[in-house]
Amino acid sequence: MYIDTHTHMISRTTDDYEAMAAAGVVACIEPAFWLGQPRTNVGSYIDYLSTIVGWERFRAGQFGLRHYCTIGLNSKEANDEELAEAVMEILPRFALKEGVVAIGEIGYDEQTALEDRYFRQQLDLAKQLEMPVMIHTPHRDKKRGTTRSMDVVEEHGLDPSWVVVDHNNEETVREVLDRGFWAGFSIYPGTKMGNERMMEIVRRYGPERIIVDSACDWGVSDPLAVPKTAELMRRGGISEEAIRTVTYGNALAAYGRGGQMKEADWLDPPPIDQRTLYMGNSVLRGGQEPRIRPARRRDGDLHIE
Amino acid sequence: MPRPIDLMTSWLRAQLAPDAWSWLATQRERLEGGSASGREFNLAVSLVPRRLGKADLVLDGAALAEADRARPGWDPRGWSVDQAGRLVLLLAGGGTGRVFAERLRQLLVTADIAETIAFHRGLPLYPDPELVEPRAREGVRSAMQPVFEAVAHRNPYPAEYFVEDAWNQMVVKALFIGSTLAPIQGLDRRANQALARMLCDYARERRAAGRPVSPELWRCVGPHANDAALEDLAVALDSADPAERDAAAAALATCDRPRARALLERTMAR
Repeated sequence: MYIDTHTHMISRTTDDYEAMAAAGVVACIEPAFWLGQPRTNVGSYIDYLSTIVGWERFRAGQFGLRHYCTIGLNSKEANDEELAEAVMEILPRFALKEGVVAIGEIGYDEQTALEDRYFRQQLDLAKQLEMPVMIHTPHRDKKRGTTRSMDVVEEHGLDPSWVVVDHNNEETVREVLDRGFWAGFSIYPGTKMGNERMMEIVRRYGPERIIVDSACDWGVSDPLAVPKTAELMRRGGISEEAIRTVTYGNALAAYGRGGQMKEADWLDPPPIDQRTLYMGNSVLRGGQEPRIRPARRRDGDLHIE
Repeated sequence: MPRPIDLMTSWLRAQLAPDAWSWLATQRERLEGGSASGREFNLAVSLVPRRLGKADLVLDGAALAEADRARPGWDPRGWSVDQAGRLVLLLAGGGTGRVFAERLRQLLVTADIAETIAFHRGLPLYPDPELVEPRAREGVRSAMQPVFEAVAHRNPYPAEYFVEDAWNQMVVKALFIGSTLAPIQGLDRRANQALARMLCDYARERRAAGRPVSPELWRCVGPHANDAALEDLAVALDSADPAERDAAAAALATCDRPRARALLERTMAR
């Protein structure tokens, strides 16, 4: 049973949902981010946020996955001041929606003054609404950007145990853990973490406050990164308890703090589907472990009915 | 005669824990007083499930009868406390006329699914209901079945306010998305010739694809069956599915044309 805390499912297909459910992913979190294509007005931002609190949540439910999201203005689009001002106006209307588990993903991209301004404003919003925070650490000048992100969080008086610093690597992990933050690792081919490296990090630092995610999106990425990494760690002799901690337990502890994500959501869903929108996995009822089905092969059957 | 908002308030009072109830009562009073800002209104509506929980609303037969007296056709079976709580606050702070209609529109622009369902279930309770018809039409356009059903099922609004084209689209869509017709209020009263034709076309399309047809379909066809529809019903009478045979017979019984009688008699004779 796995939780993937970083998935941009609006870019993924139904095959991905089926494969994730079959591999044991019970819940995923969709952080608000940019679309690859910059948005030109607040209207398209509203529709995007509505999509991740609404349609995508519904879509995931059809495949037996619980879908949650984070709400925020991302660092790239924070550099468009007119857009950013308008988005900051409407963010409070989305932050308290059902299934919104954190403010995020926020932080720095190029580390500009505008990025800094809106990062700080959103940290204040999270503090006011008593919500966890998901921090996106920059691709470029990463180590300094990560340190700076944590400095600003502390400056704004947030408790590090409410804040996940994501996209870590070997160079950032030590400081993030030492300062009491959650450390997310995105298993993303080519750019972020590889899962052999991930296994070494778990060996070296232990499972405490470490979270493995996929960050799967519209790029070459893998929605099965979490179950695959778990299997790799299993074969590499990491204990079952440690695997569960970094692929499930820590995710639930960190993002469950705001009260919007509970284990009962997938282990013991209420019976009226019309309200819960959850068409999956009746075998989960009553607190059982989910039954893991073999993934449907994508090329095995030519018939479409 | 108590108003729907007062009925919902009394049901919630009986069911909620004291602190949850007192939060709701305070919010209602503040919103009715008119002093709350737009932001405060939005936050209060958003906070409802966090404050009240999402338990089923417990209603006995007497409560359901009261609901139907207060607003004929109002059927709150299957509602939850957060849905009722949201509607209490919307009715308390929403105003009337165009102000209400615009407020509802704005709420739906940023609503999550649970809110969207609650606001559509509330359609029969709103002031100046004809002004919110575009919202009801959006609801049945939704690709999310629970949102569609919040308008279409156990709700008197569509039968009262939808023009024929909109009504027909809703009924055919219910079948198309695998929903059901029985919970649609006014189904027999609003049956019409155009709908009967659309449903027969749909049934033929399904048969051509080798896909099953919901037996419920024939109920709206019987009273308005033309020659072609009667032949469709004749095929349904010979269906391998007993439910479809029964449904076709029941539909033919509502048609007073001689061919319908003949088909029925043939069936009886078997």
